[in-house]
Amino acid sequence: MPSISTHNLVVEFGGTSILHGIDLDIPAGEWLNIIGPNGAGKTTLLRSLLGTIDHGGRIEFGGAVVDKPQDRARILAYVPQSPVIPPGMFVADYVMLGRTPHRGVFGRDSDTDLGVAVDVLTRLDLAGFAEREVRSLSGGERQRVVLARALAQQTDILLLDEPTTALDLGHQQDVLDLVDDLRRERGLTVVATLHDLTLAARYGDRISVIADGRIVESGTSTEVLTTETIAKHFGANVRIIDDPDGPVIVPATTDRSRS
Amino acid sequence: MTIETARLQPGALAAGVGAVLVAVVAGLTIGPVGIAPKSVLFALLDALPGISVDSGLSGLHEAIVQEIRLPRVVLGLLVGATLSMSGAAYQGAFRNPLADPYLLGIAAGAGLGATVAITQNLGDGAGFGDPVPLAAFAGALLAVVMSYGAGHIGGRSTASLVLAGVAVASFLTACQTYVLQANSDAFREVYSWILGRIATSGWSEPVVMLPYFVLAVAVLLRYRRALDILAVGDEEAQALGINPRRVRIHVVIAASLGAAAAVSVSGLIGFVGIIVPHVVRLAFGASYRILIPLSILFGGAFMVLADLAARTLVEPAELPIGVVTAFLGAPFFVIVLRSTRREVW
Repeated sequence: MPSISTHNLVVEFGGTSILHGIDLDIPAGEWLNIIGPNGAGKTTLLRSLLGTIDHGGRIEFGGAVVDKPQDRARILAYVPQSPVIPPGMFVADYVMLGRTPHRGVFGRDSDTDLGVAVDVLTRLDLAGFAEREVRSLSGGERQRVVLARALAQQTDILLLDEPTTALDLGHQQDVLDLVDDLRRERGLTVVATLHDLTLAARYGDRISVIADGRIVESGTSTEVLTTETIAKHFGANVRIIDDPDGPVIVPATTDRSRS
Repeated sequence: MTIETARLQPGALAAGVGAVLVAVVAGLTIGPVGIAPKSVLFALLDALPGISVDSGLSGLHEAIVQEIRLPRVVLGLLVGATLSMSGAAYQGAFRNPLADPYLLGIAAGAGLGATVAITQNLGDGAGFGDPVPLAAFAGALLAVVMSYGAGHIGGRSTASLVLAGVAVASFLTACQTYVLQANSDAFREVYSWILGRIATSGWSEPVVMLPYFVLAVAVLLRYRRALDILAVGDEEAQALGINPRRVRIHVVIAASLGAAAAVSVSGLIGFVGIIVPHVVRLAFGASYRILIPLSILFGGAFMVLADLAARTLVEPAELPIGVVTAFLGAPFFVIVLRSTRREVW
């Protein structure tokens, strides 16, 4: 069950620094939410963990550096913010893409691969969708299918990049509840970027705030989500309401909004 | 619960094989001299080693089948299959429905090579070892190398490679126009080459084409599942553990070699590389596990039938085959599009 740690993680694009020496330690089985304003480096951090962009510093999974893409894809699965849904692709084929790290580019579908896909589709209540085209599904169903592909990879780590962006409130809850259930069932380590601060407070164990490419705050939701922190890093004037399930962040009425 | 994943269904395979058989029989039997299908079949069997069958054909008719029509039909199959599978592969590698085998400047490079060879009176464009197809082949490969070189400078993205192909094609077309302007007496011959033709002088063209066809088929069939993975984009493909750049370069090299060989023996035949794969997508599904093998079969059959139309519609003259492929293919594509109404891109 690998943990994640980064040491002095640095990313530059065209001479501009995007991440400045990020140090993170995420124990196995933890759910860490990463929040921050637009352009702070949240997605870049996930892509670095994923290995899809060049970076400096060191990233370890379970204490080891994993360079080979196929090996990394057996350790961590990714749910992108805007997944590319190929036209004409059926749900069963899309979910089977998740078996690529185990099967290789040239391998055939084994009974094990098909069995894993069936298990995942059943677990996510998608069994009746196997022969539907992914593009024909609603936003919520589609997001579950993307999650199913990630789960078919049978990894210990799940990276979620804004998994609720395109969803209504009900589907946001459905998806995050599902991730939470799966995490408990399978002991997954989850790293998610989220824009909605109340959702970030409600789900997960810890929150890290990233701003200007640096981790500037880390801790539990009540430690991190304060009016001062949010004002400082998001430039937002908010009120925080204490709730038994975690803090609720609501925009405060300002003189400008009143007028 | 069980699930079905994309695979080539027996019915679809039978349809592809059937299309090839129909095209081959039509290509061998129809022409200025009509020959019965049964006689053609017996003549072909008779030509096989160890088999002796009386076809009932005269020596002249037997020669027409075996030395004129059969090489031409085989060349049509090879060229059509290669162009359509290369087109399908390019569309998958670049995730672009308008990609065709000429995307990286192959047409322009081949055109320049052929124009130089023709204007310098190096050959007449026919026969094994003739300088025109050799120059066309060299020009096509040069264009691909230039496109890859320029695309690499531009950041190695798919878009920069496609743009580099456009720039290289424009540059080589300009060179071709300049050479042609300086040798206007060769205009007709060059234009005839550009319009394409499936003409053979015996078996030399199919023999030249065969190794590149075999190479392209072997590589592209092997990579058909990888093309399905590339459909989710480079980042997600990489997150699934494959190296999209490596897959793309292998696919493009195989498809380009095949397309360059096809261009060198048949000139520039447009349309096939785009429309046949799209018709197959609409009719049988978008997975490259289905698309690549069926593009081979239907592309070959389509080219043989197009060549048949080219040589019979205005007998004794021949229409340029590029005109026929577009003239027949475009309405057919619209009919398939209307009847299936599927979204494939």
